[in-house]
Amino acid sequence: MTKIISLISGFIFGLGLTISGMVNPEKVLGFLNIFGAWDPSLIFVMVGAIGVFSPLFFVFKSRSFSISGEAINLSTNTKVDKNLLLGAGIFGIGWGLVGLCPGPAISSLSFLKTEVFVFVIFMFLGFYLGNQIVKKFN
Amino acid sequence: MQIINFTPITALIGGILIGFAVFLFFIFNGRFAGISTIASNVFFEKSKKIDNFLFLLGLVIGPIIYSLFFLEIESEITDSLFIISIGGLLVGLGTRIGNGCTSGHGICGISRFSIRSIVATISFILTGIITVFFLGV
Repeated sequence: MTKIISLISGFIFGLGLTISGMVNPEKVLGFLNIFGAWDPSLIFVMVGAIGVFSPLFFVFKSRSFSISGEAINLSTNTKVDKNLLLGAGIFGIGWGLVGLCPGPAISSLSFLKTEVFVFVIFMFLGFYLGNQIVKKFN
Repeated sequence: MQIINFTPITALIGGILIGFAVFLFFIFNGRFAGISTIASNVFFEKSKKIDNFLFLLGLVIGPIIYSLFFLEIESEITDSLFIISIGGLLVGLGTRIGNGCTSGHGICGISRFSIRSIVATISFILTGIITVFFLGV
């Protein structure tokens, strides 16, 4: 059951990214271009997603098991540490350079553009290096 | 400041769909739909490989089905493969070191009022804005 739900969730997520225009790097860069010609649309994507998930999360958060019987483990880490700030900062620079974050990058593979494939290959290289760095320093 | 290309209605509809997808994944599978973690784990983690792969496959199918029924999808990306390589590398590196991206921190984390995720989201939006200010568009 978790397999079919994974596929359906990914599909609806990808549909949401497409309808909202977030698979368009130009639109995302428009959001980050706050001091120039600004496109605030991304805020509405966040508001829509958080507006749906947040209340539902708080209704169901006390469950210890999901519907398919998987344990629900809520992270207990509340510490704002160096890794979090450094990582988020680095991510933002890459995001601002191209206008793609991981979700839209994967969805955009469907457009069969060389640029997107190159981005995703380097993103996975980054995942690998990032994982190694976190392992080494923790 | 000048506002351009603002599409609040489709942004909100897309956002609502994303929130619903995140909820499905949470209530059925007991997991948060943080895409950088899901994608990284397809290759670099042994457990739940197929689940993670199917989620990514769904992400790719989304725009394909959309384009079968609706209008053409607009997508403009820089043609500089140098910028794209550096950008991809930094996105991958940063999301692993910072343990999340726009979906994991920005949507899942903020939805549950996680201080870590709120700080992370402010940080990556800030460095994104600074990058675009100095190097972008």
